[in-house]
Amino acid sequence: MSAARYDAIVIGGGHNGLVAAAYLARAGKKTVVLERRHVLGGAAVTEEIFPGFKFSVFSYVVSLLRPEIIRDLDLPRHGLQILPLESTVTPMDNGDYLAAWGDADESRFELERHSPHDAEAMVEFGRLMHHMAMAVKPILGMLPPDPASLSPSDLKGLLKLGGHFRSLGAERFHALHKLMTMSSADYLDEWFEFDTLKATKSASGIIGTFLGPRSPGSAYVLLHHYMGEIDGAFRAWGFQRGGTGAISNAIASAARALGAEIRTEAAVERVTVSGGRATGVALANGDELSAPIVVSSLDPRRTFLDLVDPKALPADLVTDVRRYKFRGSSGKVNLALSGLPDFTCMPGVGPHLRGAVSISPSVEYLERAYDDAKYGEFSRHPYMDIVIPSMIDPGMAPPGKHVMSIFVQYAPFQINGGWDDAKRDAFGNAVIDTVSRYAPNLKSLILHKQVITPADIERITGLSEGNIFAGELALQQLFFLRPSAQWAKYATPIDGYWQCGSGTHPGGGIMGAPGRLAAQQILKAAR
Amino acid sequence: MNFVRVLRATPFHARTAPLVRAQTWRRWAGYQVASAYEPHPDREYAAIRNAAGLIDVSPLHKYLIGGPHAARLLDRMVTRDVTRCELGQVLYTPWCDGDGKVLDDGTISRLDSRTYRLTSAEPNLRWLHMNAVGLDVTIDDVSAQTAALALQGPNSRAILQALGANVGNLQYFRLTHTNVRDIPLTISRTGYTGDLGYELWVRADDAVRLWDALIEAGTAYGIVPAGIWALDLARIEAGLIMLDVDYFSAPRAIIPDQKSSPFEINLGWAVSTSKGPFNGQRALDAERARAQQWAFVGLEIKWDSLERLFAERSLAPQLPTVAWRTSAPVYSGDHQVGYATSGCWSPLLKKYLALAHIQAPHFGVGSRLQMEITVEHRRKRADAVVRKLPFFDPERKRA
Repeated sequence: MSAARYDAIVIGGGHNGLVAAAYLARAGKKTVVLERRHVLGGAAVTEEIFPGFKFSVFSYVVSLLRPEIIRDLDLPRHGLQILPLESTVTPMDNGDYLAAWGDADESRFELERHSPHDAEAMVEFGRLMHHMAMAVKPILGMLPPDPASLSPSDLKGLLKLGGHFRSLGAERFHALHKLMTMSSADYLDEWFEFDTLKATKSASGIIGTFLGPRSPGSAYVLLHHYMGEIDGAFRAWGFQRGGTGAISNAIASAARALGAEIRTEAAVERVTVSGGRATGVALANGDELSAPIVVSSLDPRRTFLDLVDPKALPADLVTDVRRYKFRGSSGKVNLALSGLPDFTCMPGVGPHLRGAVSISPSVEYLERAYDDAKYGEFSRHPYMDIVIPSMIDPGMAPPGKHVMSIFVQYAPFQINGGWDDAKRDAFGNAVIDTVSRYAPNLKSLILHKQVITPADIERITGLSEGNIFAGELALQQLFFLRPSAQWAKYATPIDGYWQCGSGTHPGGGIMGAPGRLAAQQILKAAR
Repeated sequence: MNFVRVLRATPFHARTAPLVRAQTWRRWAGYQVASAYEPHPDREYAAIRNAAGLIDVSPLHKYLIGGPHAARLLDRMVTRDVTRCELGQVLYTPWCDGDGKVLDDGTISRLDSRTYRLTSAEPNLRWLHMNAVGLDVTIDDVSAQTAALALQGPNSRAILQALGANVGNLQYFRLTHTNVRDIPLTISRTGYTGDLGYELWVRADDAVRLWDALIEAGTAYGIVPAGIWALDLARIEAGLIMLDVDYFSAPRAIIPDQKSSPFEINLGWAVSTSKGPFNGQRALDAERARAQQWAFVGLEIKWDSLERLFAERSLAPQLPTVAWRTSAPVYSGDHQVGYATSGCWSPLLKKYLALAHIQAPHFGVGSRLQMEITVEHRRKRADAVVRKLPFFDPERKRA
């Protein structure tokens, strides 16, 4: 049987693979996307785990999706619809709470209750973080230049970058330096005094990493989460109507409209290589497809060690990829509920249930949660980010019933004794027991639960070690080092074989930027 | 749903709320206050200039600074010389960051030998504490416990006297402690209208009783509760600057151009040249030595020009019914040389007035400029002349 011929094959139907395919198709390339699972989206999938209850199984909120991709692919026409996630409420151990509401006055009064100092500092902090997000934003859309290279394009890129940093001014450059080097707890200590506030803010600095709030480098992750923008406003997070899978479907719909073909249940076994050139892929079912361009949206380990023969790659790259840190540290508990949880700190049904509930009562609480993980256990009392999407998007659950999404940190991939069913149950129970401390009626509402460990994330989505960012968002793995010093510009040592996943610059979250930048590089090389 | 109150109510809410006939509420520093009590603010404004307007100004931030070093703290923080503030005196002053950019403006009242009250538009508790390092002071935020009313207009003195308050000899920018119907209060001869007027500072618990006393005694003198729309007209006529409208606090600025020095907002007179070290001193000394780049001035938009531009579309001149707070470009010839940030038709002066930031060399009194206006969906430029501020400065303000 002769192989079906394409101009480009994209391996993996995650959002970055779909974005890359859409851009390639838009440029006239005959493109096919191959997804192993029956559902598109990778870690951005919506599934009806329990009849009538739909879950954003893994990734559950959106903010980082690049506005230029939304515009280029006209995603609203294909179903993108972001609903507001306006508030964060943190229950405190003394029965009180800290809330950040959508309204500035309301939030100021709330914070004043705990610390007038912090309420005032917040204004200046917000401005500085806005500046920092502005400072880093151009980098998100930039091809990372190699600082060790003397090639004209790298030098040009470095000059552009240098000029950009010079234009920040001293005050902002110093702040950026601090964000790049400090721990989120230390950084926040410079601004605030109220522990629960610092804890809730520093939680953004640990999500998806194997760092604690006191680990240097976590301040950058804090910034990464600040860069999210919706309609030009930074630090805005929202829900996609229909769950994050609907974002993947919107991108897929745009890609199809541009001529791309998308196949599900089409697992790729390996990339076929001939004479140092990629020639296509071999599927698990024995089919072969051929194309001069093969793009992997999988993480660097799968891209370089599984899909191709590492022996065909330079040894230093193989070593770099082996060293590249995944260390998944997060889990997820999805609950189908017969009603709404009643939080002791804010009884009854209220606006707080339309926003996030953050289980982050103190910095010490988070650091202790990290301590458990550091020594190979899941956190007995983890950091949790809880949302009830059905409060905002009623289509997610039957009328009057609800879905609750609990993001959990820490659950280390490398757990003592390995993950098994018993350990998964114990993890799920620790999560539900801890949430129940703050919402005692929770257990009586649970109709169904889905507990996801990093091992499950790896098994289901293919993300190595269950890392939600396809590789830790650590400074040594960012920008011109993501995933490896010489191969940070989406190309690989195999001609025609490209990478476009979250394991490449600028990294994880439902951002789409790696897919877009990769497609641009591929098209440039093809000209 | 179990909603919490978003906006705070002032201590006068029980009296003011029933008076707001057309639900014309607005926000001020997180409080719910009346834009106007009547559907239109005409009568409220007229009372400020012809009788007395009673304005709830409780949302102002208020701090009590006490202790042996209270004066040193304030002197270090603000641009005016607080060491010269006499007992019972009130100083109006801006204060700056280290770069000499204005953070806020407000009043400092010397209540007794070592206690001062600072009022401000923005919260300043953190800034006060940052400046108080090493000083023996107490700092109390009394914003919520202290209610404030502005009684402004030519009859304001008579009303207070009718209540037995001894304000006959109270000088401009001085204060007195007194009792009205057994309610202890502080009366300062200050305000935001440029008229004869007083501000009354009272415990929040006594607020409603004080309001009732003033209405009762004031009715014979034409007292009228007045909202922010009326106050806004009066303050533009008085040439008084407003934070978040005419300028922005430096920490809120996104770009450097959004910051202002005192010189740039017509407050250069309030920057001491003789006092000890204070925030921004070095930058302000350097700025004083340079030629002034920007000034904050009054503009009078010429009636003939307005009439002509509207007549081109067969319309009579359409005038703003309340003050506007948007930004209007100001031109000299074909070049934009500044922007107006507040404007209104002055019912008293019968002139269209604006407050504007103008670049050198166009800010001299008498400079002929043009301000953008919209006539029937089209942008036009109306002739405008730079005028000395305040536009309105009656003898009775100080007499």
